[in-house]
Amino acid sequence: MSGYRIARRQSTLRGGEATILLGGLCFAFTVCGLLLLVQKKPPLECFSLLFAGGFGSGMALEDTLLKGIPIFLCSLGVAIAFRMQVWNIGAEGQFALGAVGATWAVLTFPDLPMLFMLPTLLVCAAVAGGVWGFIPGFLRLKCGLNEIISTLMMNYIGILFLQYLIYGSWKAPGSYGFPMTDIFPDAAILPSVFGRIHAGIVLCVLAAVTLGIFLRRTRLGFELLAGGENPRAARYARMPYGFLLVLVMALSGALAGIAGSVEVSATFNRLQPNIATGYGYTAIVVAWLSRLRITSIALFSFLIAGLRVGVENLQLLMQVPAAFGGIMEGLILLAVLAGQFFHTYTVCRAPEQHDEGTTSGPEQAKQGPISPNTSTGASV
Amino acid sequence: MNLEFLLSFFSPAILIPVLVSTVQAGTPVLYATLGEMITERSGVLNLGVEGLMIMGAFFGFILQYSTGNPWFSTFGAGMGVGTLALIHGVVCLLFQGNQVVSGLAVTIFGVGLADYLGTPFVGIVTTGFQPHVMPILGSLPIIGEIFFSLDPLVSVSFFVAPLLWLVFTRTSWGLGLCAAGENPAAATAAGLNPVLLRWVGIFAGGFFVGIGGAYLSLAYTHTWTFNLTAGRGWIAVALVIFAFWRPGRAMIGAYLFGGVMALQLRLQAMGATVPSSLMMMLPYVLTVLVLLWSSVRGKGRSAPAALGINIPPRD
Repeated sequence: MSGYRIARRQSTLRGGEATILLGGLCFAFTVCGLLLLVQKKPPLECFSLLFAGGFGSGMALEDTLLKGIPIFLCSLGVAIAFRMQVWNIGAEGQFALGAVGATWAVLTFPDLPMLFMLPTLLVCAAVAGGVWGFIPGFLRLKCGLNEIISTLMMNYIGILFLQYLIYGSWKAPGSYGFPMTDIFPDAAILPSVFGRIHAGIVLCVLAAVTLGIFLRRTRLGFELLAGGENPRAARYARMPYGFLLVLVMALSGALAGIAGSVEVSATFNRLQPNIATGYGYTAIVVAWLSRLRITSIALFSFLIAGLRVGVENLQLLMQVPAAFGGIMEGLILLAVLAGQFFHTYTVCRAPEQHDEGTTSGPEQAKQGPISPNTSTGASV
Repeated sequence: MNLEFLLSFFSPAILIPVLVSTVQAGTPVLYATLGEMITERSGVLNLGVEGLMIMGAFFGFILQYSTGNPWFSTFGAGMGVGTLALIHGVVCLLFQGNQVVSGLAVTIFGVGLADYLGTPFVGIVTTGFQPHVMPILGSLPIIGEIFFSLDPLVSVSFFVAPLLWLVFTRTSWGLGLCAAGENPAAATAAGLNPVLLRWVGIFAGGFFVGIGGAYLSLAYTHTWTFNLTAGRGWIAVALVIFAFWRPGRAMIGAYLFGGVMALQLRLQAMGATVPSSLMMMLPYVLTVLVLLWSSVRGKGRSAPAALGINIPPRD
């Protein structure tokens, strides 16, 4: 470290976010290129296939947008929890419960017309996901139970619960023993908006706008943001911190639940065991990359969805394992997280007489206690 | 389930195998819990345990597959995972990143990497460790059968927890490590280097987490499959809290968890009428309950004071 030292940044880093992101992406792609070489795959060709698969054509962009919808909804939920410094890692389980809730609505009221079916389905999903988020929030408030662990455990429990239903009483008689429900009635399937893009995108816009207004224009929303900035100050200001905590967890869960219902209704048109494919964990990556801002969440949901679609393409054409996407997401997040260091700190050249400076340190420290002594002496 | 079915559990013919598999299922979690405990004692919260553990399983498997020496494979897995854990150190210690997010990223990365590198090897069986009866202790009735007739990594694990207790409470190195986790500023004032101690904590913790992972592929399953850890890493994070950051209590927690795993497997094998997905929930439900109990009980016995708080660089 000779010649350089770390100092707190005096002014904000201009254009830093883009630089940090690009740096992170470069790092992630370099490491992943090396990993591709390990499995004897040509990295450059793979990366061009990755890009073509995710963004290269109208078809690819549609796929990416479709995958972006559940990721966006989950990330929105995760981000508001993170804003409050509540670590909701449970989007995956809340997503599964949302799918269960939606399916329950469809199986219980199969003959509703679309006008009633879709709202019922969405409300059931939001409630189921919301309850799955509420429980850890409530336990954190009442018993101080660590929400990181409880939400995570509830991911496993939620997904197993989904499997229990789908291998048990919800298995359709006509599915030849496969664990899945019957295809949903038409009334329970989200209609298309344009091309293959379904009404889930409308839900995304609605959720984003409502949440934006809630956070910026209402008292509760303001308190929520303030509570995240400084929980102790929020308590002193008599903000209902406990209520906010539980509210945020339930809201977060409800959003992930809606994402689950969108997947089940528009993508699969039925409930099957493999619907939860890690969107909940991807949502954490997206939420943090976007530094918890709604517009950035939309952008990063799209980009990460593109990465996921691209990896599927890569798997198909180059037999690269699907886990490649997880590696990239993890690496990008790690690199950006490390890069965010430069928002608050800067590395600058130490002054020429650096060594003198360190030796003069103790002298100054020795002088330190003297001055109060002299001042007290003067006062006496 | 009728009474006779329940009572049959307490016959030695069933109880002893259940207890044996309790110890077996508890051991990997015990190693991982102790590893995470070392890291957390130094003040670093590493939520990457799940990802690191599965990498340990992979390293252990791949080294066994290529060298055939289980001891070397275990040690290699420990060193490999310790090194991998340093990623968390780079992000949190060097670059002041958020420890929660960094740990999650390490898990996402580690799980992905193990799946990616392991894909060509799925289903391959290796030898690994075999059960062997320890001299003298192994010939004790019942106790010998349950604790001392298993693979050597189990026997080693009995010494790790007491050893760790000695290190934490009786050695200057261990006390320094704990000081870095309780009050880094005071540690600095006492002439220690808390940042260096945290690096050591991360590496040493990763080493034991790696051994826990290696146990899964070398002694527990003798094979490599996807999702070998199945949340054991997260359970280890929970058990550190349950154990109030004390090695002795970690053993209780790990065997409690192992007991539920063993019971669940046994009930399934005996053809219980409960669906398997509900059975598989048991360990996770137990983890939440156990954690709930310790957060209600453990108000006074809290975490290292500086856990999760980064040490800012000196200007």
